[in-house]
Amino acid sequence: MPSDRPGANLPPLSLYVPEPRFRPGDTVDFTEVPVPPAGQARRPDTAEPASAFTDLAYDLVRVLDADGQAVGPWNPRLSPDTLRAMLRSMVTVRAFDERMFRAQRQGKTSFYMKCTGEEAVAVSAAFALDRDDMCFPSYRQQGLLIARGWSLVDMMNQIYSNKGDRLQGKQLPIMYSVRDASFFSISGNLTTQYPQAVGWAMASAAKGDTRIAAAWCGEGSTAEGDFHSACTFASVYRAPVIFNVVNNQWAISSFSGFAGAEATTFAARAIGYGIAGLRVDGNDALAVYAATAWAAERARTNQGPTLIEHFTYRVEGHSTSDDPGQYRSAGEASAWPLGDPVTRLKDHLIAIGEWDEERHIAQDKEIAEMVRAAQKEAEANGILGHGLHQPLDSLFDGVFEEMPWHLREQQAQMLAEETASGRPWARK
Amino acid sequence: MNMIQAINSAMDVMMDRDPAVIVMGEDVGYFGGVFRATAGLQAKYGKTRVFDTPITECGIIGVAVGMGAYGLRPVPEIQFADYIYPALDQLVSEAARLRYRSAGEFIAPITVRSPFGGGIFGGQTHSQSPEGIFTHVSGIKTVIPSTPYDAKGLLIAAIEDNDPTLFFEPKRIYNGPFDGHWDRPTQNWSQHPAGAVPEGYYKIPLGKANVVREGEALTILVYGTMVHVASAVVADAGVDAEIIDLRTLVPLDIETIEASVKKTGRCMIIHEATRTGGFGAELSALVQERCFYHLEAPIERVTGFDTPYPHSLEWAYFPGPVRIGEALKKVMKD
Ligand SMILES: Cc1ncc(C[n+]2csc(CCOP(=O)(O)OP(=O)(O)O)c2C)c(N)n1
Repeated sequence: MPSDRPGANLPPLSLYVPEPRFRPGDTVDFTEVPVPPAGQARRPDTAEPASAFTDLAYDLVRVLDADGQAVGPWNPRLSPDTLRAMLRSMVTVRAFDERMFRAQRQGKTSFYMKCTGEEAVAVSAAFALDRDDMCFPSYRQQGLLIARGWSLVDMMNQIYSNKGDRLQGKQLPIMYSVRDASFFSISGNLTTQYPQAVGWAMASAAKGDTRIAAAWCGEGSTAEGDFHSACTFASVYRAPVIFNVVNNQWAISSFSGFAGAEATTFAARAIGYGIAGLRVDGNDALAVYAATAWAAERARTNQGPTLIEHFTYRVEGHSTSDDPGQYRSAGEASAWPLGDPVTRLKDHLIAIGEWDEERHIAQDKEIAEMVRAAQKEAEANGILGHGLHQPLDSLFDGVFEEMPWHLREQQAQMLAEETASGRPWARK
Repeated sequence: MNMIQAINSAMDVMMDRDPAVIVMGEDVGYFGGVFRATAGLQAKYGKTRVFDTPITECGIIGVAVGMGAYGLRPVPEIQFADYIYPALDQLVSEAARLRYRSAGEFIAPITVRSPFGGGIFGGQTHSQSPEGIFTHVSGIKTVIPSTPYDAKGLLIAAIEDNDPTLFFEPKRIYNGPFDGHWDRPTQNWSQHPAGAVPEGYYKIPLGKANVVREGEALTILVYGTMVHVASAVVADAGVDAEIIDLRTLVPLDIETIEASVKKTGRCMIIHEATRTGGFGAELSALVQERCFYHLEAPIERVTGFDTPYPHSLEWAYFPGPVRIGEALKKVMKD
């Protein structure tokens, strides 16, 4: 560097690059993660202006305490039946994930993504929303479909791209679309669903409908421009929408620091937009339920959008293509200070005398059996790569409502190629 | 009517017929758009059907996709086609694929209006012709009118269409046809037959080209502003050219193109967009594939240059009468 440059005598700048606290081999210590006691966070009236919630964007709403009791103003006071139904859905999600993960390892499909440790995020939201509220999920909210009682076989058909796949094998596994369950078509392009959810919510409001929209994205994805566009739109038009940011600490191998977590919370993103922001214990099914119900009430009473950060932990790898052992300490999942969402809800039900270990074990067995039976049924429709499950000419269906000449020509060409190739692909 | 009024009238007719039609975009509400294309619509249909948006093109298109999925028919405006790039992902990965990826469960029946093209001293950020980027994308339709009459009929068809459609408005000819001679006064649409636009509903089907001049010696494939420039050059040169205004690039009226080139044996393609990988390349390939044995000369392409649109040198960039005239001589040689 030339020494005659103006300012050459100033101390040099340095670039800061964030680094996660633990790497493979490190001992994990999460004592520095603030975990306020359950029941402590205040619960403002839903009619309060967004600015009244500023402190809640930095706090952590928790309902279940260490003894499995539900405490504080956010306790949604759910009936034991509802609590058991939520537990059942969460256990089903976990069993479904286990089974489908294994199916991928057995070569029956190309790809799978688990939501282990995050089951409460989607399941509790599904219980707190109405069934016809439109969900714009990312790829880790399979719990929405399961909690809404959607067919496991239908989901598996999609994962296998088999002949029962209503999406005709056009989507990557787990990128479901279930209009009947108010579950929007999942995109692989992160956070594109955010402005779409706002548009849906705005349309619902413009039509005088009563349905609201909810969207999910990971904390890593909050860096996308679509996230910020969506926040602006939602704020400007007071769209009846709930933004869920699932802060599971990792975006593939990048820790949350690369999305800005060292500087502030993700719930605090809301503040600059004048949106109500809430930070909740994402492993606490009751807290997630309470926050969602509260946000839904705000949306339904034209108080506008709410952004909920679900503070949670991704226990498993990012997807079947990922090895988390390469980039994080093996101790993280077990040291995570907010525990496991399934265990915590189970412990709560036991603590209030509405459940016991025997019933839980029996339910685990029953659900495992149910998932296995669903898998058998789905596999009867075929698995990925074993034969042609969709009619070959369906490849061109749905590009446009009506097929234009250039697609008809290309379709004819493809069919001619296939016929000439002598491949044993029977056309339906 | 001029082209702006025709476009305004199309939205008016459709908003009146179908409560699902809504108009949104930067400045489109109270003010009626920087080109006044949406003037009066908010006063007539209210703020919930015609409204201003934040300045975020990815937000505008993303929101429109969600509205379309809900069951509305949004007609978002992107103020200049040059600003469509921030919305590219929402158009290419979302709107264009929603029907396909959800096997028809969700659709995006949106019509994105945007003024495009140069010749107004707009510099590199108010002059581009990005149609080739979108014709390359499966699942999206591209429409480009060249007259007020066509603009209204095509826009109505686009709004009624259940697929996402880009409606590019050649802003150089909003007020009147342009013959390519920048130093001559522009004609007014009131002196042109296509300026006579009915008040009510009518539509021009997407995918149907318009033979604006029948001829035997040569086929000229054009759209937008270049329809009028080509017509003027042909009139000056006294060539018996058949001029085909494509009107929609996707879906393309291949039958009309093919029949014409087989009849004339010569083909020239003109567009304002940059040359490399432009829609002219696609047209040229199609003509070559389908009409090779009928061709008496190589296909000629006349386009803008492969540079950004230069502000002070815009008339050197523009494929005007000189460039077209030279190409015409070449393609008509022997
Ligand atoms: C626009 C876009 N960029 C990059 C990717 C690749 N990608 C897929 S998932 C992912 C990480 C997302 O992390 P996060 O948002 O935190 O969600 P999580 O997986 O933790 O649930 C990345 C980078 C993508 N799918 N889309």
